[in-house]
Amino acid sequence: MGLRLSITLLALAALTTAVQAQDKTSDKTSDIIARGEYLARAGDCTACHTASEGRLFAGGRPMPTPFGTIYTSNITPDSETGIGKWSADDFYRTMHNGRFPDGGLIYPAMPFASYTKVTRADSDAIFAYLRSIQPVNQKNKPHELRFPYDNRQLILGWRTLFFSEGEFKPDASKSAEWNRGAYLVEGLGHCGMCHSPINALGGTSQSDAFKGGLIPMQNWYAPSLTSNREAGLGDWSIKDITDLLQTGVSTRGVVYGPMAEVVHNSLQYLNNEDTRAMAVYLKGIAEASAPPPPSSALPTTESSLLISLGKTVYDKNCASCHGTQGEGRPPHWPPLANNQSIEMQSAVNPIRMVLNGGYPPGTKGNPMPYGMPPFAGLLSDNEVAAVVSYIRTAWGNRGTPVSAREANELRSAPLN
Amino acid sequence: MFARTVASLAAIATFVAIDGAAAQTANQPPDTMAARVEACTPCHGNKGEGTSDVYFPRLAGKPAGYLYNQLLAFRSGRRKYPPMNYLLEFLPDPYLEAMAEYFASEHPPLPQPAPSEVSKDVLAQGELLATSGDANRNIPACVSCHGPELTGMQPGIPGLLGLRAAYVSAQLGAWRYGTRTAKSPDCMQLVAGHLTEADVTAVAAWLATRPAPTNPVPVPKGTYALPFGCGSQPN
Repeated sequence: MGLRLSITLLALAALTTAVQAQDKTSDKTSDIIARGEYLARAGDCTACHTASEGRLFAGGRPMPTPFGTIYTSNITPDSETGIGKWSADDFYRTMHNGRFPDGGLIYPAMPFASYTKVTRADSDAIFAYLRSIQPVNQKNKPHELRFPYDNRQLILGWRTLFFSEGEFKPDASKSAEWNRGAYLVEGLGHCGMCHSPINALGGTSQSDAFKGGLIPMQNWYAPSLTSNREAGLGDWSIKDITDLLQTGVSTRGVVYGPMAEVVHNSLQYLNNEDTRAMAVYLKGIAEASAPPPPSSALPTTESSLLISLGKTVYDKNCASCHGTQGEGRPPHWPPLANNQSIEMQSAVNPIRMVLNGGYPPGTKGNPMPYGMPPFAGLLSDNEVAAVVSYIRTAWGNRGTPVSAREANELRSAPLN
Repeated sequence: MFARTVASLAAIATFVAIDGAAAQTANQPPDTMAARVEACTPCHGNKGEGTSDVYFPRLAGKPAGYLYNQLLAFRSGRRKYPPMNYLLEFLPDPYLEAMAEYFASEHPPLPQPAPSEVSKDVLAQGELLATSGDANRNIPACVSCHGPELTGMQPGIPGLLGLRAAYVSAQLGAWRYGTRTAKSPDCMQLVAGHLTEADVTAVAAWLATRPAPTNPVPVPKGTYALPFGCGSQPN
């Protein structure tokens, strides 16, 4: 009797231990999945792999490129149309080397040139998360690329020129925080995809990384992250940078255009430590640069006429929010004086903001953002050019005047 | 004396603190919906009353549910108008709801109807379709859903007053050609599919001549039964 009881107790104990072990494993699995979800946010996978009104990660979003339209793929764990049959190795190879499990080449619209820096552990976590979501049976749409870009072999040439495979290598001379920021910005964040000049072949070179460029097809200018003359954050406080990344607004300026999407879908979900690490890194890579010589295509007399008309337009339409001295009421009504995004060489963004207005993204930290009214219907090309010329040159701003033609050309820029 | 000094100092301190807080607030935009929706006003008017542009609709006083549905449709791109799609793209649901509530609760007076540019016969045809429909062609009367006074019904059916003929005509055209769609069953697409271009001109013209009723607010949900199912107005 006593023996039997002991055996039963022993068996019970063994069973309990097994159950506990199982709990631990499933705890660990759910930890990895949660981590993968977080990292997928950091990589902004959803922005491309979820179509408007479509199912999460089922793909099918059209991505217009100068070479034709690419449709994003289904990355749900559906075994027929998604990545249900993939292994963690397959997934890592896609992220790291830009190849499908069968060795096929992936178009570089997928930012594998950045994702190659992601560690194996992080890749595995993202894969575990994608395996855990609802499978969606939805066939991928074939791309609509023009000849000769529909030939995937061309990607080999592109890769030779612009792709260097390799995980992120920390810089031992920098802090752990700086390195974490670099890992996020250069890797999952794939910031260089927009903030680097893109050449005619759709590539960016390492030496030009983060130097800014016009985003093809969207006609927004993604400013340089290395030059303080543009969006370089060298003279921003860490708090202003983290505010901008996390909430979309800061006392120095707000995000708009394609960057609003990045904050909305990705950056607002990053924790304080990672956001701060990105801020430290971004502040670190910015270099003070000598002001470029003012170079306006406009004759001086035309410029001064424009600027004086611009002041009239400004005082009537803009000063009530942005202030007579361009001081704004930050963070919600951004300052225009000493605002890099107004002053920088390219006037595309300020012209577009005047024409189309815009809302910063609604975020956890700023759920009901204030918006800028569109003035396309209220101001003539000449008035748009005038007011943009005025804000680029008033209050010590060091931009150059713009012409009515530039304003007119941007009236037809795509809005979404 | 000492106590009095302390009290005065405390009062000054309080004053300074309040002053500081006031300065902080003064330096911020007003914490109101009116300030938050200023981006809407160049096209829709300060209180959503509409502007001189005949293609931009009045928003004021329409049912909040209808306005919310439109905001969602513009945000997702289901309803296509790039300037609207662009403005709303990254705004969360609760904020869009608050915007809809804001314009629904505004009641600036309805404008005086403008003199019509169409003939009396066309107006009479418009009135007939709007008030009686055409059973032979499966066209229900506008009033059977939008209400006897055309003020709409809570929560999803818009009033048709204060809209210019050009706007109504453009929207009916968009329903006919399938470029404007709504939740299934898409009742307006069914109705508009039965209309000819001449019908559209006539109905749009007659609607634009309607004067404001005594009580221009949408009637409560369930005031009358709809002639058929409508995805935008769940029972």
